[in-house]
This record gives sequence, structure tokens and C-alpha cells, in this order.
Amino acid sequence: MSWDKVGLPTKLRHWYGDMEVEGYLYTAGIAGEKFFKTLKERGKLLASRCMKCDVSYLPARAYCPSCFSEITEYFEVEPEGNVETYTILRVGVDGEKLEEPVIVAFITFDGVNGGLIHRLGEMDEKDVEIGMRVKAVLKPTDERRGEITDILYFKPA
Amino acid sequence: MGYKLPGTPLKRAEFEKAFKVEDKPEAKYAWAAGQALSRFLEELKNGRIVGRRCRNCGKILIPPRMYCEHCFRPTGEWVYVRPVGRIVTAVVSYIAATRERLEKPEVIGIVEFEDAPGSGIFHRLNIDPELVISRKAFGMRVKAVWKPPKEREGSINDILYFEPVGEGEG
Amino acid sequence: MKTNIYVKRRVAVVGAGLTLFRRRMLETPKELAWEAAKMALDWAGLELDDVDAVVIGSAPDAFDGVHMKGEYLADGSGGWGRPTMRVYVGGGTGVFTPIAGWWHVASGLFDVVLVVAEEKMSPAQPHPQFVFKHIWDPILERPLNPNLIWIFAMEMHRYMYKYNVRKEDIALVSVKNKRNALDHPAAQLAAKITVEDVLNSEVLVYPVQRLDISPVTDGAAALVMVSEKVARRITDSPVWVEGVGWALDSTQWTNRELAYPKYVEVAARMAYRMAGINNPRKEIDVAEVYDPFDYKELHHMEGLMLARKGEAPILTREGVTERDGDLPVNPSGGLLGVGNPIAAAGLMKVAEIFWQLRGEAGGRQVKKPAYTGLAQAWGDLMQAGTVIVMRAG
Repeated sequence: MSWDKVGLPTKLRHWYGDMEVEGYLYTAGIAGEKFFKTLKERGKLLASRCMKCDVSYLPARAYCPSCFSEITEYFEVEPEGNVETYTILRVGVDGEKLEEPVIVAFITFDGVNGGLIHRLGEMDEKDVEIGMRVKAVLKPTDERRGEITDILYFKPA
Repeated sequence: MGYKLPGTPLKRAEFEKAFKVEDKPEAKYAWAAGQALSRFLEELKNGRIVGRRCRNCGKILIPPRMYCEHCFRPTGEWVYVRPVGRIVTAVVSYIAATRERLEKPEVIGIVEFEDAPGSGIFHRLNIDPELVISRKAFGMRVKAVWKPPKEREGSINDILYFEPVGEGEG
Repeated sequence: MKTNIYVKRRVAVVGAGLTLFRRRMLETPKELAWEAAKMALDWAGLELDDVDAVVIGSAPDAFDGVHMKGEYLADGSGGWGRPTMRVYVGGGTGVFTPIAGWWHVASGLFDVVLVVAEEKMSPAQPHPQFVFKHIWDPILERPLNPNLIWIFAMEMHRYMYKYNVRKEDIALVSVKNKRNALDHPAAQLAAKITVEDVLNSEVLVYPVQRLDISPVTDGAAALVMVSEKVARRITDSPVWVEGVGWALDSTQWTNRELAYPKYVEVAARMAYRMAGINNPRKEIDVAEVYDPFDYKELHHMEGLMLARKGEAPILTREGVTERDGDLPVNPSGGLLGVGNPIAAAGLMKVAEIFWQLRGEAGGRQVKKPAYTGLAQAWGDLMQAGTVIVMRAG
């Protein structure tokens, strides 16, 4: 192939732009409505159980992805669980060095499948370990908006 | 079909009240113009339109590409074309990209270059919207009107718009 | 182009499902997918356990605002722990999804395939119009600050110019489809309107007016597609997929004739050859033709060779395309009447042909006996054509 190339890479142009959408508003959905209402109003987590498969899901789901049944059985779970795995962040999203490292963990809860990804707090990075018991630190009730950030972080139980 | 379909519609007020999460993607891009379009953009700065000719089918491709998609082989040479062509289609936009009404409607269309049959670009047209609505704009001979050389930046906007070629003009 | 039209395994559609089509839905995209998929399985009398593979169709990720939408939708589409793929050809996706479902079964790889299409257009703020801007070329087109409608207005006007079509005749399509949608349980914009209403509606980008365009919609649709062996076991009225076709044209849309959708013709010829159709105008009993804009129904009828070039407006004016006409087009109400959750809208059309050919379309049932039906979609930068031909068993 003998393309007649421009030659100098400096002559090759780039065009700069971004995605102009002002933002997205995601509805929480059938099960999500219930999950966030429970978090906001009662400070608890909500799970659901497929009675056919006898499998539970946290966060709650409206249907069972395994057998496709509709799920109508919802139940509350205390926001206290175990660190299943974790990672320690030392740089931010743009690669900048963080002043304080951030610990992010996947937390599972007693007796239900699934779990939550969230931050860990009130602990030193040296003390975090897989299997450790943690519990949620929530915003005060009147400041909760029904978002996952209503939980500030999880701390050692 | 006497069937109740699933789904939970929300009126706007209900949508406002529903639990939602808001997010804005931080998606910034630098799109590479590549060999052909880089030269095209550079030549716009000089007030010229450049295409690529396929030595196999003879077609001049504008916007230029380094390959001919019809023959699937590299295009062979750069060719300047006069910035003159005919309106293939035209429309009158009364709304902006964001859907608000425009104060002054904008006319946009495709101009097929006289020197490169089958090759056109789309751009603003400086013609009366009535000529579009009456379809008199179709086939009209137009030429590019350029920004002053100092203000050009190698952008499709270095062409301000296309406007009708006057009597006895090129 | 050579196509092997002698595919040995026959494929049947045995179930269809739809959610309501609405401007804003509470459900997450996964939940919408599940609702439609569950309904399709119920219609077929099958369980998720019976499903061998899943095909998901969804238009750009930017609409739902979720990346990797195929993977994201998988659990709501029955894709957990199964061979699952997502297909995408812009607005053509809704018909391309069952085409992919067809080859999953026709190839002999699978016997039962769940086909799911979903689109949630409401998350994008302030309006999905913003997101559509990304379909334009970032270097040569976006700097001109285009809105999506420009491109369709240019095609519509070219079509009107080339074949001397009047706006009044195009408006008849919108009137017909919105009226047909009155009988569709999913419909978002069913209405009794007149040609004058269309012509008096807000001019957005001349010649496109507000009532020439389909709405912004959330929704999902699903089909169950099975091998002949399974079809014979579970139903007395399978609907056979007899022909499929798809084609793309160049994204260099300013370098081609916009008055005629050649890519739709290429796709249609492939599907007709496979289905043994020589005279589509005579042999197709009912058609669901892609109609995000009213002129597109006419444009596509011509690309599908259901009308000669420039003839579709005449057939429409003469009532041929009405539900009781000789060639009913969009008896569902189409995208103009039922709504336009992009990929789900295309699949809704295939579902409509399934119901029409089974005589299960209720108030929407076409008057003439319908044995052979067609659904078509179109997308990307006015360049993708997808066609499916089905026959009653």
C-alpha cells in the first residue's frame, strides 16, 4: 500500500470535543424504589427472595435472573457485614495523588447473596483485612435522600 | 389481544418524585482526523477544497479518504476542486441543537461539487428559506464564502456558508 | 453478492412479549427487559430453563446511559449462565435482533433462543436530542452544531423533490399510524388526527413538523424463536421465519442519492430470495415498515419494492395501506403511534407480524387473510437496512 502520506505528524489534526449530555437521571426501578426507601427511612438494607429457587438477593431484585419468576418477598437486613475483598486507592480518577488513601471494599451480609461496594472508614489501612466485620455509618435521617451515599462508609463493627 | 401489558409509566411529577441517581459522564475526546481529513482541514485554511481521486473508478471523493470504499483500494492522488456546486437538498431549521426555537431560522443543505460528481458536503446555505420551501433551491448553483484568512483555523467552519453564484460569475 | 438461501433448519417464532411504551418508565432497563422476556416465554408456554441462548438488541449505550448494555441487560434477558450476545445496527437493531436469533437456531447451534430488545430513552437530560448529536461526524459535521432532525429533513426533502411528493400525502401516514395505534395496548401516541393537524403542527426543520416524528419512548420487546422440532411439539400455529436480509451503505451520506434507500433494497432482495418471493407487492400480505418519521414509511415501501419509486404516496392516498386495504402497512400503529424505544420499536414490529399471522392481533387484525408478512427497520446514518419475512404455519 502506497498511501500518499502527509508526512509530518504535526500536520495531522485532532478535533477536540466532549459528550454534551447534561447528565443522566436513572430511576431506581421497581425493586430499587423499595431498596432506597428502606435505606432512607429506616436505615436498613433491603433484600428479596425468590421463593421458587430459595435464593435471596441484596440489593433487592424484582425478578429472579435464574428462573425468571417475579419476586414479591422483600425483607430487611441489618447494614452490618463482612469484608469479602478490598482495595486501597492512592490516586484519584485523573491520576492525581490522594492525600489520604481511600479503602474500597465489597461487603457481604449474613444470610443473603450479593452485597455492596462501599468505602471503609474510621480505620487505618494497615488494619483492614478480608473477613473483618464492618457496619454502616449513615447520614442523619433528615439528610438521607435515598441514595447509596446515604451510607457514608462502613467502619469496624 | 386482550392482554394487560407490563410496565409502570411515570407522569412527569411522579418521575420527579421517584428515587433517582444523577450522573454526568466526563467524556472528553480528541478525534484524530487522519491523513485525508487533516489535509482537507489544512487546505480549508488556504481557502481551497481538496479531494482524493480513485485511480480505479476515477471518482473524486470529498470529504477525502485514503481509500475508495467502492473499489476498496487506496485512492491515488490529491485533486483541488472549485468550491462551487449545486444544491442537492436543503432544509430550514427553526430549532437549535438543544431543541430551543431559533430567532432566525437556519438553512442547511448538501452541496454536490461541480468538479466531483457524486461528492457533496453538507453546510449552511445563505439563501432565503422561501426558496427551500418552494423547492426552487434544488439545483441552484452555489459557491463557498470563506472567513477572512486570518480567522481561519482549519475547520469546516472556515467556510461561512454557501451562497448563490451571481450572473456571469465563475 | 451470494447468499446461501437453502438453509436447512427452519426457525419459528412461538411467542412475543411487550411492555407498555411510554415517555418515562419506573423500571430499570433490566426490569423492562425482564417484563417483555417473561411475557414472551409465557406466550410460548416455555420456562427460562428451556432457553438455550439469548440474543439482546439495544441501540447506542448513550441512550440508556449505561455502558456495555448487552452485558448489563443480560440478567433481565435470561442471559445468566447462557451463551448470550448483543447485536447493534442503530435503528435497524430491532429487526436485526431476531435475524441474529434466526441464525442461532438455523445454524443448528441452539433449539430455543430468547430474543430481547430494550431501550430507555428517558435518562438523558435535558433531552435525548443531545445524545443523538454523537451520531454526526465529530470533525466535519458536529462543528456545524447540527440537530438530529436535519439529516432526516434533508432526506425527506430530497425524496419529495425527486418524486414530486406533497406534504399532504406524507402526512396521511402519520394520520393512519396514529389511528391504527388506538387499538394497540402498548401505544404511547395513539390519536385521531387529521392531515391539517400534521400540517399545522410546529415546524421543526422544514419539511419536518412535530407530528411527522415519532416520540421519545421507554420500552422493551421480546420473542421466542425455536427450531422446527421444538415448534412442532409446543404449538399448532408456529410462524416461520422464511427470509432474512440485512445491508449497510456508507456513512458518507452526503455522497449518495438520498431519495432512494438502496441498502433497504439490498436487504429485501436477500430476504425475498430466501423466502422465494418474486413479486413482493403481490405476495406480502401485511408489512410493518420502519416509520420513525412519516416519510420513512413511504421511502421504505419503495426500497422494499412494495411500491415503485415515487408510488408509495399514491398507494397511501388510495387507502391501499390501510388495515382493510390490499397491502396493510403498519397495522400496529408503528413508531409514530405506538412509540419509538429504538431497538424495542423494531422488535415490536416483528411481534406485530407474529400476532397478525396467527390471527391474534385483535382490533388490529388486518381484513385480508394474512399468510406472509414482513418487518423492516433502518438505522445508523441512514444506511442500515434489516428485513425479515415470515409465514403462518
